[in-house]
Amino acid sequence: MAEAHAYGLLAEFDTPEALLDAARRAREDGYRDLDAFTPFPVHGLAEVLDIRDTRVLWLGLAGGGFGFALALLMQIGTNWSYPLDVGGRPVYALSAFAVIAFELTVLFAALFPAIGMLALNGLPRLNYPVFAASRFHLASRDRFFLCVRAGDARFDPEQTAQYLGRIGARTVELVPA
Amino acid sequence: MAMSEAPILPRDQSLGDVTDQLARIPLHFPTRRRWLIALSLSMLLLTLFAVSVVVLFTRGVGIWGINIPVNWAFAIHNYVWWLGIGHAGTLISALLLLMGREWRNSLNRFAETMTLFAVVCAGIYPVLHLGRPWYLYWMFPYPATMGVWPQFRSPLEWDIWAVLTYLTVSVVFWYVGLIPDLGAARDRARRRGWQVFFGVLSLGWRGSAVHWLRWQQAYRLLAALAVPLVVSVHSEVSLLFAAGTIPGWHSTIFPAYFVLGAAFSGFAVVAMIAIVIRSLFSLKNLVTDDHLDILGKVLLATGLMTAYGYVFEFFDAFYSGEAHEIQTVHDRIAGAYAWIYWGAIVFNFVFLQLLWWQWARRSPLVLFLVSTSVAIGMWLERYMILVTSLYRDFLVSSWGSYTPTFWDWSIYIGTFGLFMVPFLLIIRLFPVIAISETKEVLHEEQAEASHG
Repeated sequence: MAEAHAYGLLAEFDTPEALLDAARRAREDGYRDLDAFTPFPVHGLAEVLDIRDTRVLWLGLAGGGFGFALALLMQIGTNWSYPLDVGGRPVYALSAFAVIAFELTVLFAALFPAIGMLALNGLPRLNYPVFAASRFHLASRDRFFLCVRAGDARFDPEQTAQYLGRIGARTVELVPA
Repeated sequence: MAMSEAPILPRDQSLGDVTDQLARIPLHFPTRRRWLIALSLSMLLLTLFAVSVVVLFTRGVGIWGINIPVNWAFAIHNYVWWLGIGHAGTLISALLLLMGREWRNSLNRFAETMTLFAVVCAGIYPVLHLGRPWYLYWMFPYPATMGVWPQFRSPLEWDIWAVLTYLTVSVVFWYVGLIPDLGAARDRARRRGWQVFFGVLSLGWRGSAVHWLRWQQAYRLLAALAVPLVVSVHSEVSLLFAAGTIPGWHSTIFPAYFVLGAAFSGFAVVAMIAIVIRSLFSLKNLVTDDHLDILGKVLLATGLMTAYGYVFEFFDAFYSGEAHEIQTVHDRIAGAYAWIYWGAIVFNFVFLQLLWWQWARRSPLVLFLVSTSVAIGMWLERYMILVTSLYRDFLVSSWGSYTPTFWDWSIYIGTFGLFMVPFLLIIRLFPVIAISETKEVLHEEQAEASHG
């Protein structure tokens, strides 16, 4: 199969330790376009694959700021538009606005990262090339997959497959694009 | 993250078996008949709720026993009670996640589900109590032609934002935690219908390393937000009371007292659900006796903290030296509603003392009965706080009494249907225990054992 039509090679491992080990060796041997698929978050995998992304956390901060500003603007704005004098109490009562300001801060600090997490992950995307792999359903069960994508400079269907076998893969499968 | 604790899950199970066991529950539902019986009974209760609400809407809140002076009763009493039950779900899933307590992983999914519908049951009460609930939308700032905006300085307005935020964040937290498990169920599904159902809901989750990284960040952030939310929602509820000068309410202990009482009743209901679910779905390998043991300890601890609130009420009244405060304490222990007060003491604290013994905590039957008694006890306590404070305040001329009517009871009993029907549907359709999180703990324990 020509390289252009392949998504990559999917190598299966039995344990997270084996996956971590293989991923580390593949990085050392010059592979860069790697991904991994695991049934649960594997501690240290992101470091090994050199994935760094803190945008979700920043979205949380942005959401909090947005919610807080929105709540204050809403409460001050409505009281400005229709000032109600209740027994001489202050119209712009920041202490009375605190509860809703807090609630909306939390609400948007939760919504932004939750929606942002899906958006950054490219979800929803109901189909994806790796789903075509015959053993991929095990990635949500108890198997750990390392994927060398076809875009990698060192990618070669045969040699990379042999290489993956050498570093301990139980099975190696070519995933069509 | 793995602390040097005793393992909570039996180590001799494989990750694959755990996945298959949990994914099989929705796909090949094991206890069809018992589930159907439970669902039918819950549907009956839900029907009772619907009928009562229709009657309420057509005839008004006069069908309830509320009057002057007791103008708040079942509606707010049950609101506080249901909301309190909801809080334990969030505490289990959020607080314990942040603290790295592995035992939460077997309980968090159904505890969160419990939270969702307990909050729905709670949230419906202030709406019903509005009198003219069809004007609910007046609570929201919409550009009305009348030019009137909602009054944001009013505690009633705080309520709606607090409850809606709590509900929304709980739903988001629940769903984000569920996505990887929906993916696992999709991969196990053989029938087309289930494949489509889980396929669509899992949004194409594939467990990629970068997905997990962002998922963990989002999940933990949500947990970190949910914890202050729990405390704020119930403190806010208690502020509605404490901000009034009614004797028995006007106390600084209220926010803490309410939040702890909420956790107390909520953990009791979590224990009840855990016991039922583990026996119904044969999940003793995942919800172990150790889990029950811990739940028992938490129940005992939160119970003793609640007891401190009771003691403080006496202290508060006598330390203030205010005649009306002291009178209210006297009314509680020896007044017309003394049986409520003593009922709360007995149901909350007397049977609870059994949990000092390990055999009682590890016995599903004993723990279930104690938990039931706590749920009843906390219900009585909320009744006591409301009614015994209101029925006799400052002026003898405004003393009265309160008796719940049939419709008070029917709506309350009906909310069990409102809680149970969606809860039963969820445990029918989704994995009841968090698959990926359970596997993570199991793997950590196994790795720890093999490294010595």
